Amino acid sequence: MIDWSHTALTIAVMLGSCLTLAGMLIWVERRLLGVWQERYGPNRLGPGGCLQSLADMIKIFTKEDWIPPFADKAVFVITPAIVVITALMSFAVIPIAPNFVVADLNVGVLFFLAMSSLAAYSVIIGGWASNNKFAFLGSLRAIAQLLSYEVFMGLSLMGAVLLAGSFNLSDIVEAQRHQWFVIPQFLGFLGFFMAGLAEAHRTPFDMPEAEAELVAGYHSEYSGMKFGMFFVGEYLSILLLSAMTVILFFGGWHGPWLPPVVWFAVKMFGFIALIILIRAAWPRFRFDQLLSFGWKVVMPLALINLLVTGGVVLWRAG
Amino acid sequence: MEVLFYIAAAVTVLATLRVITHVHAVHALLYLVVALIALSLIFYLLGAQFAAALEIIIYGGAIMVLFIFVVMLLGPLAVEQERTWFSPTAWVGPSILALVLLGEVGYLIASGDHPTMAVAEPTQKAISIALYGPYIIGVELASMLLLPGLIGAYHLGRRLSSEARSC
Repeated sequence: MIDWSHTALTIAVMLGSCLTLAGMLIWVERRLLGVWQERYGPNRLGPGGCLQSLADMIKIFTKEDWIPPFADKAVFVITPAIVVITALMSFAVIPIAPNFVVADLNVGVLFFLAMSSLAAYSVIIGGWASNNKFAFLGSLRAIAQLLSYEVFMGLSLMGAVLLAGSFNLSDIVEAQRHQWFVIPQFLGFLGFFMAGLAEAHRTPFDMPEAEAELVAGYHSEYSGMKFGMFFVGEYLSILLLSAMTVILFFGGWHGPWLPPVVWFAVKMFGFIALIILIRAAWPRFRFDQLLSFGWKVVMPLALINLLVTGGVVLWRAG
Repeated sequence: MEVLFYIAAAVTVLATLRVITHVHAVHALLYLVVALIALSLIFYLLGAQFAAALEIIIYGGAIMVLFIFVVMLLGPLAVEQERTWFSPTAWVGPSILALVLLGEVGYLIASGDHPTMAVAEPTQKAISIALYGPYIIGVELASMLLLPGLIGAYHLGRRLSSEARSC
């Protein structure tokens, strides 16, 4: 029998911390970008400016929530919800610490992939429903990008799955007690991280929203809290990408001395900082560069990685 | 659990009905996505977690995205034209065929020989062993079928060199 009170508590803690962290990340990103660009960033409200996100949130609720008359109204309205719901659903299978997970599914990795492929609808449908050519261009780019990264995202995960012998994320973390998978699966890690950046629409793969070319890409027509949902959804997917990288390749909650939750948080924050550093340091790729790089370089590497890993696993099994 | 099954089944049927009766192509495809997600829930309730996940990843995620992509590229949707095509006379044939199927389902239920809901839980391991054991020939045939498709798509999509285009 499922322990309902434990599950309800876990869900409440996960939802609360994810949404709070996603809000705080907006401030963290602006401050860190400031550090790397030798300027201050928001530092006025609260200690070090940490209440900036709260102020932004209050402001965004008072903004006019405008639905363009030429938009496809029903689809336009449900789209921002899809981003946030799919990202939060993925957190259901993320094990933060032993026994601290909402749903310890046997197909956890596949559930994550399924939710990430449904998340793509928000971008595609949002850009189409806006009925604006820049938004539509953004969603066309998103589809082409999706087709190129989604294949090698799944393939580069499979090396870690093969080594652990399970799709269950807790089992994968447990299998890394003595050695993190980033060492035997370095290629897999690179491929997954690249695909994750493309999935979260982060620099250098943020072509669907490329603000220098497409106004704001697929969410050009969104305003008020609907835009806020897209914004929070983007930071939720950064959190999700860092959490999945830590779980699959960096030993999850394992580490000496400190309690598991702290180790998980420390590793996750390291990846969040890395993602922000990439944004501060790298320009955006040209659109066709991602497609050809994905299909001609990363995809064959992921296949070779999978083949070699499979061979080694079989050879070890005797 | 049975309540969940009936809810998911009702959603599947209603969404599929809207796929057929909707005159707006993109909305119809979105209903199809909903139907696929509900179908995946039914798989999950029957204990087939692996099939449920693949249903969303492959059908809900990859194939439907391609469908929507193509329909979007077709430009302004001919909703009015769809509406004229969607005349009552177009209903007659499919309705008769569907009624025949409904009769068959009714007969099966009435005859009392219906299978129970809970089946054995097919794990990923059992599915893999079955696929690469007794059904290996099917897997190989499917991959042979896909390879010509891949090569054909590459042939159609390749970029011609300038002299090949001139002649």
